[in-house]
Amino acid sequence: MAKRTGTSSDGSNGRPTAEDRRYDAIVVGGGHNGLTNAAYLAKAGLKVLVLERRPLVGGAAITEELRPGFWFTTFSYALSLLRPDIIHELDLVKHGFMPILMPTTFCPMEDGDYMLLGQDHGENHKEIARHSKHDADAYDAFNHDVNRVLQAIKPLLDEAPPDIWSDDPAELVRLAAIGSRFRRLERKVLHDAVRLLTGSAADFLDDYFESDILKGYMASSAIIGTKVGPYSQGSGLVLLYHLLGEHDGEFGAWAFHKQGNGGFTKVLARAAEALGVEIKLEAPVERVITEGGRATGVALADGGEYHAPIVVSALDPRRTFLELVDPRELPTELVDAIRRFRFQGTSAKVNFALDGVPRYPALGDRTDQYRGFTNIGPSMEYLERAFDDAKYGWYSKRPYLDCAIQSTVDPDMAPPGKAVMSCFVQYAPYQLRESDWDTERDNLGATVQRTLESFFPGFGDLVLQREVRTPLDIERTVGLSEGNIFAGEFLAPQMWLFRPAPGWSQYRTPIAGYYQAGSGTHPGGCVMGAPGKLAAMAVLKDRERHPAAGTAGGRTRGAVATAARA
Amino acid sequence: MAIRTTPFHERTSALNETGLWEHWSNHLAAVRYQMSDKAEYFAIRNAAGLFDTSPLYKYRVAGPDAGRFLAGVLARDPRRCAVGRAQYTLWCDDRGFVIEDGVLLHVDEHEYLLTAAEPNLAYFQGLLGRLDATVEEVTDDWGILAVQGPYARDLVSAVAPRTKDLPYFGLTRTTIEGVPVIVSRTGYTGDLGYEIWVPAADALKIWDAVSAAGAGRGVVPFGMTALYMARIEAGLVLLDVDFHSSRFAWTDADRSTPVELGLGWMFRSLGSNGADGRAFIGADAIRRELTERTSRWQLTGLVVDWRDYDRIYGEAGLIPPKDHTPIQDEYYVYDDDLNQLGYATSQMYSPMLQRHIALARVPLDRLEPGSRLKLEAGVRHRYEYFDAYVTPLPLFNPQRRTA
Repeated sequence: MAKRTGTSSDGSNGRPTAEDRRYDAIVVGGGHNGLTNAAYLAKAGLKVLVLERRPLVGGAAITEELRPGFWFTTFSYALSLLRPDIIHELDLVKHGFMPILMPTTFCPMEDGDYMLLGQDHGENHKEIARHSKHDADAYDAFNHDVNRVLQAIKPLLDEAPPDIWSDDPAELVRLAAIGSRFRRLERKVLHDAVRLLTGSAADFLDDYFESDILKGYMASSAIIGTKVGPYSQGSGLVLLYHLLGEHDGEFGAWAFHKQGNGGFTKVLARAAEALGVEIKLEAPVERVITEGGRATGVALADGGEYHAPIVVSALDPRRTFLELVDPRELPTELVDAIRRFRFQGTSAKVNFALDGVPRYPALGDRTDQYRGFTNIGPSMEYLERAFDDAKYGWYSKRPYLDCAIQSTVDPDMAPPGKAVMSCFVQYAPYQLRESDWDTERDNLGATVQRTLESFFPGFGDLVLQREVRTPLDIERTVGLSEGNIFAGEFLAPQMWLFRPAPGWSQYRTPIAGYYQAGSGTHPGGCVMGAPGKLAAMAVLKDRERHPAAGTAGGRTRGAVATAARA
Repeated sequence: MAIRTTPFHERTSALNETGLWEHWSNHLAAVRYQMSDKAEYFAIRNAAGLFDTSPLYKYRVAGPDAGRFLAGVLARDPRRCAVGRAQYTLWCDDRGFVIEDGVLLHVDEHEYLLTAAEPNLAYFQGLLGRLDATVEEVTDDWGILAVQGPYARDLVSAVAPRTKDLPYFGLTRTTIEGVPVIVSRTGYTGDLGYEIWVPAADALKIWDAVSAAGAGRGVVPFGMTALYMARIEAGLVLLDVDFHSSRFAWTDADRSTPVELGLGWMFRSLGSNGADGRAFIGADAIRRELTERTSRWQLTGLVVDWRDYDRIYGEAGLIPPKDHTPIQDEYYVYDDDLNQLGYATSQMYSPMLQRHIALARVPLDRLEPGSRLKLEAGVRHRYEYFDAYVTPLPLFNPQRRTA
């Protein structure tokens, strides 16, 4: 593994020369997209530097030992949307990539009953039928209909949005290709796609299901990370995104990476370093240096500078456009669009170290139900009421919780017999009406624990440690504006052609040599890696068109194709 | 019931939630214990799994001439297997074709144990001649519990501390809960693993002790499907799938030499001039094969090109399946003009490797790693031909396996 050095140590062996500080490309931010971007650029032959503010790589995808022997997925906690081509093209398996199956989904109910889904189709049928015989059959129809939509939509995740405002004939050709692809879809598939992309999850789910528990479970995926309730128009899009994830080819399935998503980003960092990427930790970038409308490097908080004709920001759009560069260098229309871009983080994390695995009364001493997610969202009404609190500026009295006792999936996460439990909490709006998160942090933790206690009597007695991460903490620690986990909400006006702003969805910026690669670009948040990869493709394409812009002149002819080949 | 059960059956039957059993040498063997065989597979690769391998045929070879006898029968030199060591071995016919493979345990100066997939007693006894040795079948005397996966050392050394420093393919006699057992660092998963030989009557005590050591650590029993997944990744061959016993084959097309099975490494000391000097059954033929390079093909790994795989399924209007269920059946391998080159005998989607993989026989001139072939598979009721790349075995080989 290559050395990772902090900027502070740079001076220890004499001042670095200007040449030491010169790269072909500098990537700001060592989260999963920054690392992915850097790896693809290095694979194409560029000398790449990643600058990460924190003492560890991963951004929001980190795993920390916050108590001896107990490993916490502090923020991001599971893997599904990661693009399979990235796994292969960056040779991640060789560097330790290991997505472990999460074979169950456990949905406790308020009356003490539950719905437990697993890997066996027939068993799931019987389990759903316990709640509604109608829904057991409808479940298959739903999955089939949705899978057809997913099959149609999925290619959009793996390509940059077309630029419909461009005069470039190549863009028109791409637009036409997308158009004809959609025109070939069956009427129902296209209509279902539009209903999901624009409508509410509730409307779509009501067409298929009658049981509260199944609808509650399905609708839970429709609210994550976005300030919508299941009855809000637009929640369908969030649902569709989460179903678009896959594990070993199965849509909607999730995996737990060995040692969590922090384990995953470590794999990514090793792969990047193997390709020659240099990663500097504790190296906060203050601003991007520009000369005559071109990016030429970055200045660090400590005054040090690094130079490169290509600077890629893997931060969110607000930081990319309004903080790293001077907004006065940008068109007013773009600045306005970024200012309008909605973050309004609405979720939090509460992570527990437990003395043992909790028991669910209806299941006695069984604990095998915890090998996947435990979904505390027993009905759409429960979710909508949780949303109601958020609408008026407060966190949910009974929040939606997406829990995972990760030590049951990967026993290395906790000492034998003990457990770690990750709880994604919604709703917890960034803006509180009459208080602030430093005041409410512990109350949120108590609210979550109280909610869990109501489903798992005696839960509190198991708690060894409770770690609360509010949206404010997410913003402070990770740098995601307003703590939005997707680096900008999943709302139709902020997706595809419009992510993060109309006309700027192809990873470029108005400043030549300055690119964006964070989750605030298409296709968006989740540990997907696609923004990082697609941004790298845009960089390499520009270098081919204007070889003079690069310093490694001539080396990158055919680089786009090279980097994309496994 | 006509079907028999193993010494661990009281425990395995209580744990098998699926009611699915395979018949293995007339014993019940769990296909999987829980609904997800893939979860069992991940226990092997990320924690530890328990496997009841008792139905294997077991032979005890003993007597002052036991070593001499085995040196004449087994193709791999058993004289290199000291007391306290085990050896993966095989035996051949006099034309150098493989009869079977098994694991040889050298438990005492004049005593060996040998496993086999099928009955071999008459064959071995027929070769004893005037040697002062005996071969007896001891299949039912022993239960064998395999403990496989990264936690295996912790678990086994917790119940049998003497095994802590056991090297790869080492073995020791020790006791667990007062029961005398033989523990070998062997297995059929390609992972860190141990096999515990226990007198059948005391088998449950061993199961319970090892289970207790694994409590709260994600340790689960695994069935045949997870075993097959692990062994394909590890490139371990299976009788009647990847090769057939030369004793019962009708034609040479169904016979394989050790070199053809990729086991030529067993004969490094044999040399081209027969430096080894050992007269074992098949030695001359194997020497000739090595010298004259007359092997017809060799077993190797194939890794399917993921892009080609996704493309072919995508063009057929299908979502590309990534099914981990092992296919232990023949599929043909072709060149670009669809001339048949060889055939694959086992294949699956490997969740660890994230690729479709296969064990296949390919001609020697195609053995170069990275060499591209076409592997057939049915897609939408017709054959399609997927690019696949020759990759040396084992495809999955963690450092912990031998460390």
